[in-house]
Amino acid sequence: MFGRLTLDAFKHDFIVMGGVATMILGLLGLIALITYLKRWRWLWKEWITTVDPKKIGVMYIIVALVMLLRGGADALMMRTQQALSSGASHGFLNSDHFQQVFTAHGSMMIFFVAMGLMFGIINIVIPLQIGARDVAFPFLNATSFWLFVSGVVLMNASLIIGEFAATGWLAYPPLSELAYSPGVGVDYWIWSLQIAGVGSLLSGVNFFTTILKMRRKGMTLMKMPLFSWSVLNAMILVIFAFPILTATLALLALDRTMGTHFFTSDGGGNAMMYVNLIWAWGHPEVYILILPAFGIFSEVVATFSRKRLFGYTSMVVALGAITLLSFSVWLHHFFTMGAGADVNAFFGITTMIISIPTGVKVFNWLFTMYKGRIVLKTPMLWFLGFVVTFTIGGVAGVLLSVPPADFQLHNSLFLVAHFHTMIIGGVVFGYFAGITYWFPKIFGFKLNERIGKYAFWCWLVGFCVAFIPLYALGLMGATRRLDHYDASLGWQWLFIVAAVGVVIIMLGIALQILQFIVSFFERKWNRDLTGDPWNARTLEWATRSPVPHYNFAELTPVTSRDAFWEAKQQGIDLHKPAKFTDIQMPKNTPMGFIIAMLTLIAGFSVVWHIWWLVIVAFVAIVTTIIIRLSDDNTEYILPAKDVEKFESGQIA
Amino acid sequence: MSMELTDKPVITQKDRYVKTQETDHSKTLFGFWAYLMTDCVLFASLFAVFAVLRNNTNGGPGGSELFDLPFVLTETIILLISSFVCGMVLLAAQRRARNYVLAALAIVFLLGLAFIALELTEFTHLVHEGNSWRRSGFLSAFFTLVGTHGLHITVGLLWIMVMMAQIMRKGLIDPVLRRLSLFAMFWHFLDVVWIFIFSLVYLLGSMQ
Repeated sequence: MFGRLTLDAFKHDFIVMGGVATMILGLLGLIALITYLKRWRWLWKEWITTVDPKKIGVMYIIVALVMLLRGGADALMMRTQQALSSGASHGFLNSDHFQQVFTAHGSMMIFFVAMGLMFGIINIVIPLQIGARDVAFPFLNATSFWLFVSGVVLMNASLIIGEFAATGWLAYPPLSELAYSPGVGVDYWIWSLQIAGVGSLLSGVNFFTTILKMRRKGMTLMKMPLFSWSVLNAMILVIFAFPILTATLALLALDRTMGTHFFTSDGGGNAMMYVNLIWAWGHPEVYILILPAFGIFSEVVATFSRKRLFGYTSMVVALGAITLLSFSVWLHHFFTMGAGADVNAFFGITTMIISIPTGVKVFNWLFTMYKGRIVLKTPMLWFLGFVVTFTIGGVAGVLLSVPPADFQLHNSLFLVAHFHTMIIGGVVFGYFAGITYWFPKIFGFKLNERIGKYAFWCWLVGFCVAFIPLYALGLMGATRRLDHYDASLGWQWLFIVAAVGVVIIMLGIALQILQFIVSFFERKWNRDLTGDPWNARTLEWATRSPVPHYNFAELTPVTSRDAFWEAKQQGIDLHKPAKFTDIQMPKNTPMGFIIAMLTLIAGFSVVWHIWWLVIVAFVAIVTTIIIRLSDDNTEYILPAKDVEKFESGQIA
Repeated sequence: MSMELTDKPVITQKDRYVKTQETDHSKTLFGFWAYLMTDCVLFASLFAVFAVLRNNTNGGPGGSELFDLPFVLTETIILLISSFVCGMVLLAAQRRARNYVLAALAIVFLLGLAFIALELTEFTHLVHEGNSWRRSGFLSAFFTLVGTHGLHITVGLLWIMVMMAQIMRKGLIDPVLRRLSLFAMFWHFLDVVWIFIFSLVYLLGSMQ
C-alpha cells in the first residue's frame, strides 16, 4: 500500500528532530497567521492563481530567501562541526548526518536559492525592461514557478520523512547507485531536482521567446538593455544545458529503480559518463547563474555613475563569447579523471580563454565608473564588493585551470573557497544588488539604506573571514567534506575563524530581514512617487511604482538604447500616457498550481515506490494539462476607461 | 529595418484584434520550436550515452545479433508515411476541410499506433529472450533511447485524440489550427529523431 514508506521513516535523532520541529512549527505559525488575518481567499485569488510575472517573481524571491535560511543553517552546522571536531573531539554531528547536511546545503543553495533568486528577478524585470505587458506564456510561467515550489517541498520533506542523500550535491555514482545508497535519500535528491529542473527548462523556453518576440516596437537587439541581453544568453544556456540534466537524472533514476546499467560499476555501466554528463549541464549552469548577475551590475553601474555603459557592443560580444565557451570547459571539474595530457590541456586552455571576456566585462564596468558621478547607494556597494571578491575568485579559478595545479588542489577546500567566492561574491551579491535596485519598482517604496549598508558590510567581511581561511586550508591539504581531522595538523584555528565568518554572514542575513521589516513599517517616508527613484536609464522605470498589473498603459515606441534616459533628456514624460487603449490580459488560473501539486504527489510516491499513487497522480496530471490546453478562453480585455482609472489612482 | 516611430501609432480596433492574434500565433510557434530544441538536446544526450555504451555488452549479445533490419525498416516506412499524411492534415486544415482533416488525422493515429505496436513487439521479443535493459549497459542505452522516442510517439497519439475531439466539438477555429500546427511540428520532429535512431542505432549496430 505505501511502498517503502513505514513508520521508521519518521524516526530521527535529536538534532534532526530539532530541524523537523522548527519546520513544522514555522509552517503551523504561518497557517495560523494567515487564518488570523483572514487572508486565505486573498492568498488564493491574488497569489496562488496569479499569472502576473511580477507576483510570481516576488514569490520566487520569498521562497529563495527562506531556502537561504535553511541552507545557511546547514552551513553553520558544517562549520561548527569542523571547528569542534579535531583530535579527540568528534563534534556534534555523526558522519552520516554530516554528509546529508553538506549534500542538502549544496543542492538547496544552487537549485533553490540561486536559481530562485535568478528567476525571481527575471520575472519581475524582463517584461518591464523590454517594454512588454507580459511574458510570452503566462500560464506556463506560473506552472514553472509551482514546479519549482514542488521541488523545494519535496527536498524539505526528506528532512521529516526518511532521509536525504549523503552523496554530495551532484550525487556521483557509483556511490549514488542502489548498491551503495540503498535508502530513499538519493531518490529524494533525483526527483526534487528533476521536478524543479523541468520548471527551469520551461522558464528558459518562456523567457527566450519573451525576449525575442515581445520587445517594444523599435527596440532592436542592439538597443536592448544589457540585463535583457544577459538573460537572453542565460536562457539560451538553459535551453541547451537543462535537457542534459533531465536526461542524466532520468538515467540515474532508471539505474536505481529499473535495474539498468548506465552508471553502475557492474553490467557494463560507466560511472565517469555520469560525471561528464552532469558537468556538461553543471558548468553552463554556473554561467546561467552569473550572467544575469553581470546584467544587473551593468544596469546598476550605469545608473549610479550617471553615465552610459562603457563598451556596450563589447559587453554584448563578451556575453555571447562566454555563452559559447561555457560548453567547452566542463572537463576542468575532473582533470583527475585521467583523460590524458592532450584532453586536459585543451580544457585547461578553454578555461583560461573564458576569463578573457569576463575580464572585458570587469574593465567595462570600471571604465563606466571612470569620470562618472558615482552615487554610493546600496546596489553600488554590492557592485564594489563584487568587483573585489569576483576578481579574487577569478584569479583562483585561472590557477585551478592549470591541470598540474589542479591535481594538487582537486576536491580541496581551496576549490570550495574558489566556487564560493564566485557564487557568493558574484551571483549572490549581484542578486542582492538587483533586489535592492528593483524593489521600489514592485512595492512602491525604497528599502532602508542604512540597514542595507550594514547588511552589505556584514556579508562582505563575513565572506572574507569565512573563506580566506579555506584557501589557506586547501593549500595546506585539507580536503572538502571532512567531518573530523587530526589535531596535529594544526587546522583547527583556521576552521574556527571560518566558523566566525559564517556567523558574521548570518548577522548580515538577519540585518536583511530587519531591513525588509523596517522598510515596510516606514514605507510612508520611503515612497517612490516618481516611478524613477534612482534616476535610471531603462524602460522599466518608465511606468508608475508600484507597477500596475498591465505594466504600461501606453506602448510608446523606442528610438534609442537608454530609452528612458533619452526621453528624460528630451523632456518627454513617459509616465503620462497620451491616450488609453483596451489591453488584452491573461486570466488567472489555478491550473499551474494544481499540475505542480500533482507532480509533487507523483514525485513523493516515486521516491517511496508507491506505484498506484504514481499512476493516479500521473493520469490526473495529463488530464489537467489536456483540460487547460483545450481552453480557448484564457484572456480578457481590460477596457481603456479602467486603464485610465488605474492610471489616475481611482482604483489601485 | 524600416520603422515608423511616430509617438502615437493610429491603430483601429479591428487592426489591433487581427494583429494580436497574429503575433500570438507566431509567438507560440516560435516558443514551441524552442521547446523542440530542448527535446533535441535531450535526445542528443541519450544518443551520446548510447555511443559510449554501445560496446559495453557485458558478455551479452550486441546489435548485430539482436536487430532485425527488415522489421525496423517496416517501422521506419510506417512512420515516414504517417509524417506525409500529417502534412496532408495541415494542407486540408488550411482549406478548412474539416472531414478531410479528421480522416487524415485518423490515418496518422493508426499508423502511429502500428508503429508503437511493432516497437512493443520488438521489445517483448528481446525481453523474452533474456535481453532486457538489465542485461548490459548497451541494452540499457538501447531500450532507453528507443523507448524515449516511443514515449514521445505515445504522447503524440494522445495529442491526436485530443485534437480530433476538439475539431469535432469546436470546428477548425483559430486556436485549434494553431494546436494542429504545433502537433505537426512535433510529429515531424519525432520522424527526424527516428531517422537518426534508424541509422545510428540499427544500421550501424547491425554492421558491427
